[in-house]
Amino acid sequence: MKILATFNIKGGVGKTATAVNIGYLAARDGYRVLLWDLDPQAAATYLFRVRPRVKGGGKALIAGKRLVDDAIKATDFENLDLMPADFTYRHLDLHLDSERDSTRALRGLLAPLRREYDLVVLDCPPSISLLSENVLHAADVLLVPLIPTTLSVRTLDQLTEFVAGFDGRRPQILAFFSMIDRRKRLHLQIAQELPSRRDDIAATAIPAMSAIERMSVQRAPVTASAPRSAAARRYRELWDETRARCGLSPPPAPPGGR
Amino acid sequence: MQNSLREFMLVGDATADIPQIADGRFGFADGGKTRTLRRTWLDTFDWRLFLAGLTLELRAGRGTAELILTGRDGELIAAERTGAQSAPRASEWQPRWPCTADGLPLGPLREHLAPVIGVRALLPVARATSVLTQHRAVNADDKTIAVLTMDQMAVTYPERATVPPRLSVGALRGYQAQSARLADALALAPGLTTALRAPFESVLAAAGRKPGDYTGKIDVQLTQAMPAALAVATVLGGLFDTVEANRAGAIRDIDTEFLHDLRVAVRRTRSVLKTVGEVLPAGLTSHYRPEFKWLGDLTTPTRDLDVYLLGYRSMAARLVAATDDELRPFHDHLQRQRASARRELTRGLRSARFARLASQWREALAQVATAPARRPATGKLAARQIARAHKRVISDGGAITPGSPPECLHELRKRCKELRYLLEIFASLHDPAEQWQAVNELKSLQDCLGEFQDNEVQQAELRRFAAQMMADRSAPAATLLAMGEIAATLAVRQQRARNEFSGRFAEFASPRGLARIGALTAAAR
Repeated sequence: MKILATFNIKGGVGKTATAVNIGYLAARDGYRVLLWDLDPQAAATYLFRVRPRVKGGGKALIAGKRLVDDAIKATDFENLDLMPADFTYRHLDLHLDSERDSTRALRGLLAPLRREYDLVVLDCPPSISLLSENVLHAADVLLVPLIPTTLSVRTLDQLTEFVAGFDGRRPQILAFFSMIDRRKRLHLQIAQELPSRRDDIAATAIPAMSAIERMSVQRAPVTASAPRSAAARRYRELWDETRARCGLSPPPAPPGGR
Repeated sequence: MQNSLREFMLVGDATADIPQIADGRFGFADGGKTRTLRRTWLDTFDWRLFLAGLTLELRAGRGTAELILTGRDGELIAAERTGAQSAPRASEWQPRWPCTADGLPLGPLREHLAPVIGVRALLPVARATSVLTQHRAVNADDKTIAVLTMDQMAVTYPERATVPPRLSVGALRGYQAQSARLADALALAPGLTTALRAPFESVLAAAGRKPGDYTGKIDVQLTQAMPAALAVATVLGGLFDTVEANRAGAIRDIDTEFLHDLRVAVRRTRSVLKTVGEVLPAGLTSHYRPEFKWLGDLTTPTRDLDVYLLGYRSMAARLVAATDDELRPFHDHLQRQRASARRELTRGLRSARFARLASQWREALAQVATAPARRPATGKLAARQIARAHKRVISDGGAITPGSPPECLHELRKRCKELRYLLEIFASLHDPAEQWQAVNELKSLQDCLGEFQDNEVQQAELRRFAAQMMADRSAPAATLLAMGEIAATLAVRQQRARNEFSGRFAEFASPRGLARIGALTAAAR
């Protein structure tokens, strides 16, 4: 089981859109996928039409009083399940802090699911917090959406530096440019130049597109509701590049092969 | 991820329209998705999968096909994607039936199936076309809470038939309570009844077949008071059913067990005619014994070669000095011999002589069944003949000493077979536990005698094969040496069986064993 997190300390950069589309495409390719919406705003949960509620809230989950397994909901898409968000997730930092190994509790919670899923996608809230640190320790791959600005690139460097300081295992970081505004020269210039100069930035970029914004109206990933749209094609390219660059093994055999 | 929660059948002229069945009590997403599946259920001729609580199904849809093995409660055990017949890809395994375990692709499915089916081939036992219409039951957010599937199935094999449509409610993870409520509501809907049979069983029932309807064992119900002639004719009729049931499979060479079962039924027939044929009308036994001897002899060469080829792998694995490759020409020789023996066999099974035997034998048995009742009663006959056969085994076996020639053991083996067949054909007259114990004790002695004789016969045949191969110039020296090594192994095994004989016989002739046969044959005294 691989854990992929869409991560950025900034909000509104396309983390949730990336998580739901990557999760959907992986499931379509035959991976058994769990998407965990860790953001109390519950955008991913809303997109999948699931009620944003976990019995006992985040506290019971972190304390192990309620199994992650019990809270999982099937989405309307084959192979794709959702761990919904809950408004109590806003206090996750507090609950994590009371755990013995407070920075690695999330990885421990996911461990029992490794036979059931091939890929876990974590949709993270924008912040620098104990939860963020848990995500960084749990993930095998950090998929970082970046708005093509100088300051955004600076935050990527900060993240890389922070992760480099970890003892033992470290997630692989793959950034990509997101929400590119074609009318802004700086956006185009950075998005064009940087991927060739830095090997931690993907060649695929996701422009700002109304089809992506309309996901909240359709309440479905754009890759499912409009699979032939330009937006869906870009997410497909991003998923293919992520899979290749992060060495994700091919989708497993059908049920009996497992 | 979805699993099936409840299944219903539509009865009478109930509508197959799902939203209409739910009667507006649940919301459904617009439009149902429909797809067609071609379904083939597979089993061995003697229903080994069914008897082991397993169901194997090939499901072929548009461009996809999957071989699925499920357990008694429908749980998935293993699955294998196969090439779709409409669009085959070179790299994919193409299902071709019949198929033995060796012909299945390597993987979990084959690992599960191989020990259950053994040397038998998988054959289609039923085929149907399913038109599946799926409707999503949704909540106020238009989120799916359950998937309802209407399966309208038309049976195409073994007979064309229709089965009532089935409606299944699939639960989605995290929405079990909602789907259970929906299933409860459907259970009360008019025209729906809970499905008690699996689709496979419904299909077979509609086509007039019952799973497990073939067994190579003697399966007749006799009573103590039944006229013996009628009982014997019933047994012989049942044995000829087995001969006829296996004839086509033996001719087509689907797997080796068709011929084996046919041959055993013939051997049993000959034994019945010899041991209790006296109760049949005069002349019947003497007329048919040579015919069944002909039929039995017809099967011998092919079966002997089958035994060699079935044991070839373990034989080759036991080689110490020689290698598999060196033995290979012997394998090729066996296969050539088998091909020639099979030509003879199929000629015989397709011959006018066989057809004549079949029709006249059936007619003769029917006449016995309708003839006026004659003495003795079946119970008396069974007790007397079992006691006689048992006495013969005890006296012949007791006379064997370490110095007795092999022929004495061969003769004893024949006597044991006669006793065994008598116990089996009259089994329905006896207490099942006593009967089982008696057969088990006899079987242990038979195994020892069989091991002794089979190894001797195989050594003699090995010498004959070596001579043939030398004459054909198809045997390199290394192959003959490897065959010599096999002959030595067979001799060692034969000697081991010979050493074990006295112990096995003493056990069979123990006071406990004698008392058991005494209880079974009390009516004869």
